[in-house]
Amino acid sequence: MSRKFMSGKVSRRAVLAGTAVGAAAALGRFPTPAIADTEPFRLGLLTVKTGPLAQGGIQMEQGVLTYLKEKNYTIGGRKVDFISADTGGNPAGTKTKAQELVERDKVDVILGPLAAFELYAISDYIKEQKTPTLSLAAADNLTQRTPNPYLLRASATSSQAMQPMGHYAATELKLKRVVTVTEDFAFGYEQMGGFQAAFAKDGGCVVNKLWPPLSTPDYTPYVAQISDCDGVCQGFAGSNPLRFMKAYAGAGLKYPVVTGETGGDDALLKNFGEEAIGLIGCCPYTIDLETEANHRFIDGMIKNYDSIPGQYAALLYVNCQVVDAALKATGGDASDKDKFMAALKAVNLTDTPRGPLKFDHLNNVIGTFYIRRVQTEGAKYGLKVWNKTIKTYENVSQFWTWPEAEFLAHPVYSRDYPPLTKC
Amino acid sequence: MTFWLLLTVNSVTFGGLLFLLSAGFSLIFGLMRIPNLTHGSMFMVGAYLGTTFLSGALGFKLNFWLAAILAAVEVAILGGLMERLLLRRLAGQPLAQVLVTLGVSFMVADLCLMGWGGDPISVGTPPGLAGFVRWGGAAFPLYRMAVIAIAVVFAAALWIMLDRTRLGAMIRAGVDDPQMARVVGIRVSQLFTIVFALGAGLAGFAGMIGGPILSVYPGLDQDMLPLALVVVILGGTGSLLGSFVGSIIIGFIYNFGQALLPELAYFILFLPMVLVLLLRPQGLFGGQII
Amino acid sequence: MSAPDKTPHAGRYIAIAIAILALIAVPYAITESYYVNIASQILLYAIFAIGINVLVGYAGLVSLGHAGLFGIAAYIVAYLLAAGHGHVFAIVAALAIGLAATACFAALALRATGISFIMITLALGEIIWGVAYRWISLTNGDNGISVAARPAPFGFSLASAKGFYDATLIVFLLAVMAVTIFVRSPLGAALCGTRDQPRRMRALGYHVWMIRFWAFMLSGLLTSVAGILFVYYNQFISPQALALTASAEGLLMVISGGAGTLLGPIVGAALLVIVKNVVSAYVTRWNFMLGATFVAIVVFMPEGLVPGAVRLARSALKAGARQKTQSPLAVTKR
Repeated sequence: MSRKFMSGKVSRRAVLAGTAVGAAAALGRFPTPAIADTEPFRLGLLTVKTGPLAQGGIQMEQGVLTYLKEKNYTIGGRKVDFISADTGGNPAGTKTKAQELVERDKVDVILGPLAAFELYAISDYIKEQKTPTLSLAAADNLTQRTPNPYLLRASATSSQAMQPMGHYAATELKLKRVVTVTEDFAFGYEQMGGFQAAFAKDGGCVVNKLWPPLSTPDYTPYVAQISDCDGVCQGFAGSNPLRFMKAYAGAGLKYPVVTGETGGDDALLKNFGEEAIGLIGCCPYTIDLETEANHRFIDGMIKNYDSIPGQYAALLYVNCQVVDAALKATGGDASDKDKFMAALKAVNLTDTPRGPLKFDHLNNVIGTFYIRRVQTEGAKYGLKVWNKTIKTYENVSQFWTWPEAEFLAHPVYSRDYPPLTKC
Repeated sequence: MTFWLLLTVNSVTFGGLLFLLSAGFSLIFGLMRIPNLTHGSMFMVGAYLGTTFLSGALGFKLNFWLAAILAAVEVAILGGLMERLLLRRLAGQPLAQVLVTLGVSFMVADLCLMGWGGDPISVGTPPGLAGFVRWGGAAFPLYRMAVIAIAVVFAAALWIMLDRTRLGAMIRAGVDDPQMARVVGIRVSQLFTIVFALGAGLAGFAGMIGGPILSVYPGLDQDMLPLALVVVILGGTGSLLGSFVGSIIIGFIYNFGQALLPELAYFILFLPMVLVLLLRPQGLFGGQII
Repeated sequence: MSAPDKTPHAGRYIAIAIAILALIAVPYAITESYYVNIASQILLYAIFAIGINVLVGYAGLVSLGHAGLFGIAAYIVAYLLAAGHGHVFAIVAALAIGLAATACFAALALRATGISFIMITLALGEIIWGVAYRWISLTNGDNGISVAARPAPFGFSLASAKGFYDATLIVFLLAVMAVTIFVRSPLGAALCGTRDQPRRMRALGYHVWMIRFWAFMLSGLLTSVAGILFVYYNQFISPQALALTASAEGLLMVISGGAGTLLGPIVGAALLVIVKNVVSAYVTRWNFMLGATFVAIVVFMPEGLVPGAVRLARSALKAGARQKTQSPLAVTKR
């Protein structure tokens, strides 16, 4: 039985799970939605626990559970029923699981999903159902040109971390000509669009953009195309950064490499070796943030799961804090979805594992972003390599330093936007 | 110049790796007519087992080569068991074979996720092969050269085995005409188990050898299986020479295609396959086992 | 190959009538909309599987490219609706283009049989997937296309779970009927002949290629219909629906339920949809369970769930009737 039944008493779901036949549930005899503070608060999570995306998805669940355990399954004064659903990492599965959470389990809030295409698949549905959703998926446009009023993003848009990275690469690393390389899908396009725009704003120039398919066993054919530059920006996700950095080092290339939130994720540290030393990345979370909240989070992750957390776990933990804060603000009442959504948007936290955060009027986070360098010095928690923060950007908005209207006037970042220019 | 050299060397390396993976697939298909869809899983399991022996998580620590061999042996045993327990009874039922091999591959993928977690595991290059060979201003990783050498050695060994040994003669007879082989007294049943185990072991070995280049991660099986299919279809099923030539061709198409025609990255593997299937359905070397 | 002929006809009609009534009753018995939606999914995937079964079961041609055809129809609907066209136009265009694509598939793939046929269909499916993935100006890449609303034919809204279920059920029954008629027609009999004895059929003067071609077209039509239902059900389409995994799942539905039977693909579709969507809520390792289920099916009923169950039931009846353990021989007829 995978479901976590965490309220103090035995929940309906636990009973159901015990009766071998789910058909019992089909009869639809459920307690009617009841008085706010006696019923447990129902927290749903859309994640991926099977298949190639499972690494991030399992971390997401661990992040949520770490928070719930820390709070003894009580947030905003209410017991929590936590229901975790495995989407299998595909859009149709995500839609079905969202229906399960909303229609069958009557959750008050959805956390997740992980991937942009999963979020797009359910965006209209959550709007229709008015279910507040705290997404990890970074799809830019859902908090930009086509905002969804029931979506809140406490993590980052795809381009949000890459924009400070572009600034840092141009102004501090003094890079002039960069080749970008990342997976051939929307998350990659939006990351590199953000990097290119911010990098160009401070005088840099992207000379070539490479897009390997999502499942590329060997990156060498792409590494071989990197030339005529003074730096490389990679935007890989999942296990791909590891393999890219190996292929890169294996080809003997020495240009400095910069990356975004997933390309240097702390969860990869235990698998990174020599080849990653010197990689500079920008991330909305950093393991070396010396605050009480972050220590509490990391200690919890190590205690509960013996796992060195990366941003997926951290950002889901932060999402739980946001829900907790909103629930406190409404006095434990989440029955009015519009009111609860407003309370979520108004959350303004100062002490989270990722530092202070608040939300803009399009429901996206304004928070701190960290530039880190992979190095061996200072490694903790038994790791051999470490992400050392070398610069902090505070109050970073999804629009970077552009005025909102100017930012939104250009098309969403894509494979071809911004275009390559001669330089 | 460096660009071309690097790609050429890498094409041959990748081809060598594909050969180790697909030789077994081709033999199994040629001899037993089983489309073994667990072949990618064998590759992945070999890599996972190898990294475990390498890491010392089991209380002992092996060097890279011993770990690769031990992993290959274990995967071969798993393959043999699978043949004995499941595939044996399904001779001549391709649909049931597809169902059972896909079913096992689902189970293996999930077991690996359970056992090794979702995190990618990076496999260290064996000591002594971590450096570069410098040639004409370009640097070639020593390990990739070693992979080429390993593939050539295995190709030669397999060729000798098929051409010179009694086992090889039996396999050739079985591929050519299974009924006749049975009539002349070859114990086809035992032969099938041996060949299946051998093919699985080769795939497992390839997984570990590929480790330092590809790493090990959930989904590696899905990434490799189509490549093995393409190689075998291109080269011709049941043909060792076909697997070898097919692997090298695919190695080149894969590397040069992705570098020169990145827009076609998704088709580059399948177009030649469709062409070959339409013009020469038996594959380039179909019907010639060696 | 079709249902056993020994059953008395009246009994069979009664059984069919009961089954249809039971299907109509589903949304009344199950009020929870989530489960009605699951039932809709089972029906729409059953149509997909029935379409694949026409090729796999009756023609003996295993396809791993049907998700490509499924996706073409789905994308056409989504694209035309997004471009502001009406539902009728979108659906008709999707069927037409779906059939045209099927004809191309058939023309290429039918040059071969056996494993070559599998590989050609696989490659074609992958190519369609690649196009959906990369022709971003048309398909919006992996961000997919959303469909704003479901249609309301004759003022009968499909927006609710029940409305959609009823419409899917009607299409499903039509599909089952079409395939039943096809299988019993001379063409269907000839198709089975080309599966079992292609050479003999050719010698008898049958145009084997043409018979297979028409089977492929029927298969493509049903697949396109399923694709259209899929896009209306999810109100979203992205390249993942066209991936090799989707083709493989369709094939698994057919094989696990029983290829070459009418009921098999339906049972197989139910098995997959329920494990993926319902069981996965209770069992974390549902992928393992699914794999183990396939292996168990092969071990105990290598011919598929439906024929296997029929066989077991018969031998149980026989054993009961004769009280003798006589012949477990009639077991492997295929």
